[in-house]
Amino acid sequence: MEYLLLIISDPAAPTYIPEEDNIEEWSADIERRGIARTGNRLRPPSDATTVTVREGKTILTDGPFTESKEWIAGFDLIDVDNLDEVLEIAAAHPMARFGRVEVRPVWPFE
Amino acid sequence: MPSPGPEQVTSATTEASQALAEVVASERLRIVATLIRLTQDWDLAEDSFHDAVTRALTTWPERGIPDNPGAWLTTVAKNKAIDAIRKASTERKATERHAHELTDTPEEETTMPDDTIDDDRLRLIFTCCHPALALENRVALTLRTVLGLSVAETAHVFLVSEQTMQKRLVRTRAKIRSANIPYRVPPPHLLPERTAGVLAVLYLLFSEGYSSGSGSDLIRPALADEAIRLTRLVAQLMPQQPEVLALLALELFQHSRAASRLDAAGDLVLLEDQDRTRWNADAIAEGSRMLAAAEHTLQHLGTPPGPYLLQAQIAAEHATSPTAAATNFARIATLYAHLSQVTPSPIVDLNRAIAVAFSEGPDAGLALLDTLHLDASLGDYHLLHATRADLLRRSGRPTDALSHYRRALELAPSDPERRFLQHRLDVTVSS
Repeated sequence: MEYLLLIISDPAAPTYIPEEDNIEEWSADIERRGIARTGNRLRPPSDATTVTVREGKTILTDGPFTESKEWIAGFDLIDVDNLDEVLEIAAAHPMARFGRVEVRPVWPFE
Repeated sequence: MPSPGPEQVTSATTEASQALAEVVASERLRIVATLIRLTQDWDLAEDSFHDAVTRALTTWPERGIPDNPGAWLTTVAKNKAIDAIRKASTERKATERHAHELTDTPEEETTMPDDTIDDDRLRLIFTCCHPALALENRVALTLRTVLGLSVAETAHVFLVSEQTMQKRLVRTRAKIRSANIPYRVPPPHLLPERTAGVLAVLYLLFSEGYSSGSGSDLIRPALADEAIRLTRLVAQLMPQQPEVLALLALELFQHSRAASRLDAAGDLVLLEDQDRTRWNADAIAEGSRMLAAAEHTLQHLGTPPGPYLLQAQIAAEHATSPTAAATNFARIATLYAHLSQVTPSPIVDLNRAIAVAFSEGPDAGLALLDTLHLDASLGDYHLLHATRADLLRRSGRPTDALSHYRRALELAPSDPERRFLQHRLDVTVSS
């Protein structure tokens, strides 16, 4: 079953300490276990463009669809058997400590 | 052969419904838990069990009570579930395979990884108490599915409408399904943490029932008994977990005083004023045995005591002391100090100060209260002010006590507590 990890920056979280960033180890672990589907960093919300189509007209907005101090900084698509497994993986991600990680089950079209 | 007369029919019906009530009480949890594992459908499991009970009500008086009523209910409920899945599969081909699997998979064949406990009741309890579910949803689902309360009864415990509760239960079960929360007893590396989560729900259920007193409410007080029954079951299934045994002991010690904590007028009776002959000796004896077993297991494991063990040890000191005056408050103060290190809490600190006051005198208790700086966290808690007032009064400073009694009176949440504090205030004023 696939889960999307949304890696979220949180200004209220503890200060980022580069020496404690285990992201390479984390990525190597999910690669080795063959459960990593895809994943990457995302450019900040200031680089976002929001697209809306109303009555046939395309409206482009410079920026994210909601202004928030917390924003999605990256994502990982993980394929494991159940929620317990993905929760352990999420808890091991450095951004669980320096930000937060939201785990969303993928809802496949049948 | 003559047909049975009306009296015989009545007696057969009574006998059958009694037998049914007994088997539902003892077997419902096991049957529903197994059906959930087999069907992976919580609603279908509940409905199938309900259908089987309905069928027993009509069949048993006519054909007699089966030799093994639990097995009869399980088979009928399982067949009901298979029928329902088959019926649905005419609309959706995909599920046909599922109904096939259900019939072809005998329970014994499910393979379990080593070290986990193979019991469907525990699987159900751990799933209901999964930490990915909000605490109130865990409690609601446990009440509904594990204890078998109706939706209306569950709603009553939470003081919400039946409709609100129904929605909450549907959402909770939907998350279990969609997020794929595994239906299992957690593997060993997750077990201690997850067990603590289960115990928190059990203790919450117990406290909800225990604190509700003996009013006209029939559902809440029964929760204390139900919680003890469930804790006892978990303790039987996980005898190697000292905290489970300790929680059972704690609940039994507290429950032993259920009959004597309120007087005839419904007013609170302080522990020191309670009639100890009315305490339930059987509950205290069972609590003591459970606590001894917990201590023994802990020694064997060589791990430090957990919060429930320490609380059970404190409760045991109170429960087994022949008189209030003979209570070993010095040990209780030490245990509270230890508990405060394991689970830091201002309430634990307050109780420690009270125990110190009883063992070393009111001034020592007051001094400790001052060093703990509890006003920041418990400034609005009536028992902090009531305690300070009481200690000042015992210390021979009734005038200083007055303002604290008044503050406690303002903050007290219930009528019995307000009456109690008002009485203390009046006595202090007149002295």
